[in-house]
Amino acid sequence: MKMIEVKNIHKSFGSLKVLKGISMTVNKGEVVAIIGPSGSGKSTLLRCINHLETIDRGSIYIEGQAIATEDESGKSRYVSDREIRKICRKTGMVFQNFNLFPHKTVLENIIEAPIVVAKMDKRKAIEEAEELLEKVGLLDKRDNYPSQLSGGQKQRVAIARALAMRPSIMLFDEPTSALDPELTGEVLKVMKDLAEERMTMLVVTHEMGFAREVADRVIFMDEGEIVEEGPPAEIFTAPTMKRTEAFLNQVL
Amino acid sequence: MLYMLGWLNVIGEYVPEAWKPMLQYISRIIVPMAEGTIVTFQVFIITIVLSIPLGLILALGRISKFKILREAIGLYIWLLRGTPLMLQLFFVYYGLPNFGIVLDSMTAACIAFVLNYAAYFGEIFRGGIQSIDRGQYEGAKVLGFTYWQTMRRIILPQVAKRVLSPVSNEAITLVKDTALVNVIGVGELLRAAKIAVSRDAVTSPFIVAAVFYLVMTFVLTKLFDYLEERYAIYE
Repeated sequence: MKMIEVKNIHKSFGSLKVLKGISMTVNKGEVVAIIGPSGSGKSTLLRCINHLETIDRGSIYIEGQAIATEDESGKSRYVSDREIRKICRKTGMVFQNFNLFPHKTVLENIIEAPIVVAKMDKRKAIEEAEELLEKVGLLDKRDNYPSQLSGGQKQRVAIARALAMRPSIMLFDEPTSALDPELTGEVLKVMKDLAEERMTMLVVTHEMGFAREVADRVIFMDEGEIVEEGPPAEIFTAPTMKRTEAFLNQVL
Repeated sequence: MLYMLGWLNVIGEYVPEAWKPMLQYISRIIVPMAEGTIVTFQVFIITIVLSIPLGLILALGRISKFKILREAIGLYIWLLRGTPLMLQLFFVYYGLPNFGIVLDSMTAACIAFVLNYAAYFGEIFRGGIQSIDRGQYEGAKVLGFTYWQTMRRIILPQVAKRVLSPVSNEAITLVKDTALVNVIGVGELLRAAKIAVSRDAVTSPFIVAAVFYLVMTFVLTKLFDYLEERYAIYE
C-alpha cells in the first residue's frame, strides 16, 4: 500500500527552483532515508508532503487521499484546509529544532494535541503519554519543562509527542542535526525501535550510518532532483551515478 | 475609610504637638480624597479590562492576511498614538455632541481611555506575537491544530509572558494618566486634591494625593512581580 505518493512536484522560492519534478512513493512499513547535500531540496520535499510548504505543480497523496492534484494546466490545486488537516493528521513530524512548546511540561506537550485536536479524554491521554514516555526512556522527566532537558531528551519528547496522535507515517526532518554528537545515539535508537515496529518512516538525514543500517531504501537528492534511489547496500557500495559517488566520497 | 480615620487618630496620640494641626487637617480631607481615589480606580479598572481584549483584537487584525484590515488598524493606531490623550478626551466629551452623541463625563473619559490604551496594547501584543518562533506554529500545525487553537493554546500563552513587562509599564502609566480625566470634570483623586488646595490655601493635599498614587502603583508593581515570577518557571 502506498502511504505517500508524490508525482512530479515543483516548488520555487521566488526565482529559486528548489524542487524540479520530484516523484516518489513510500510503502507501508517502509523506512526511506533521503540523503543529499544541503540545499538539495530534501527538507523542502518533506515539508511539502505535510503542507508546511505549498507546491506549485504536481500532486501529493497520503494513503491514497489527495491533498493536492494537478489541473489541466499543470498547476497544483489543493483540497480544502479542513480536508488537508484531516489527511495530514495521518503523518507525524519531528523537526530539527524540536519545536516543543516551552510553556508546557513534557507531559503537557504530549497530551496537548490528543486532548485539543483529537478530543481524547484527559485521563486516557495522560495514560498513553506515560506509556510513550516510558518507551522513549523519559518517564522520569514527565513534569520537567523542555528548557530543563538536553537536546537528545528534547528530541525524544518530540518523537513521543508526534506518536501520541497515532500517525501511520512518521516524517523526520534532520532529527539529529541540532544535537551534540554524543547525543545523537539516543535519538537514533528510538527511531530504530520505531522502524523495528514497522512504522512507515521518511527520514531526511545526514546520518549515513543510520541510513545504511535502518533504511529499506535510500533516495539521493541533489539540486532539487532525485538522482538515484535503491537499497542502501546498492547506493552506498555501488552507486551508479557520478553525483551520488561524489557526495558519498565527501561524507563517508 | 473609618479604619483609616481611626488609624490617623492612633498616630495622633504619639506625634509631636506641632504636627497635630496638620494631621487633623489631613483627616478632614481624606474622605473626599479617598472618594476621588475610588473614581481613579474605576477609570483604571474599566480601561484595563476593556482595552486589553480590544488591544488583542487589534493585534490579531494587524497581522491578519486581509490587507484592508491591516491598514485600517494601522491608521487607527497612528491616530490614537499620534494625538494627545487629552485632546482625545476633549473630542469624545465636547466633540461628539456635535454628532448627536452626548455622554456623561465618566463615560466619555472611559471611552477615550479604552480607545487610546487599546492602541498601545495592540502594538505591544503585535510585537509579542511576532516574536514567537515560526517553529511553534509549525509544531502545532503538524499536530493538527487549527489557527485559533494554535493561537489560544500555544502562541498567546507565550506572548503573555513576553509582553508582561511592557504591559506593566503601560498599567503604571495608566494609573497616573487617569489624572487627565479631571479636565472634563470627572471627580477623581487629583481633582479632589486641587479642590482642597484652592479652598484651604495649603499644599499638603498634593502630598496626600502623591501617597495615594504611590500606593496604587506599588500594589501594581508587586502584582506584576508576582506574575513575572510565576511565568519564570519555564525557560
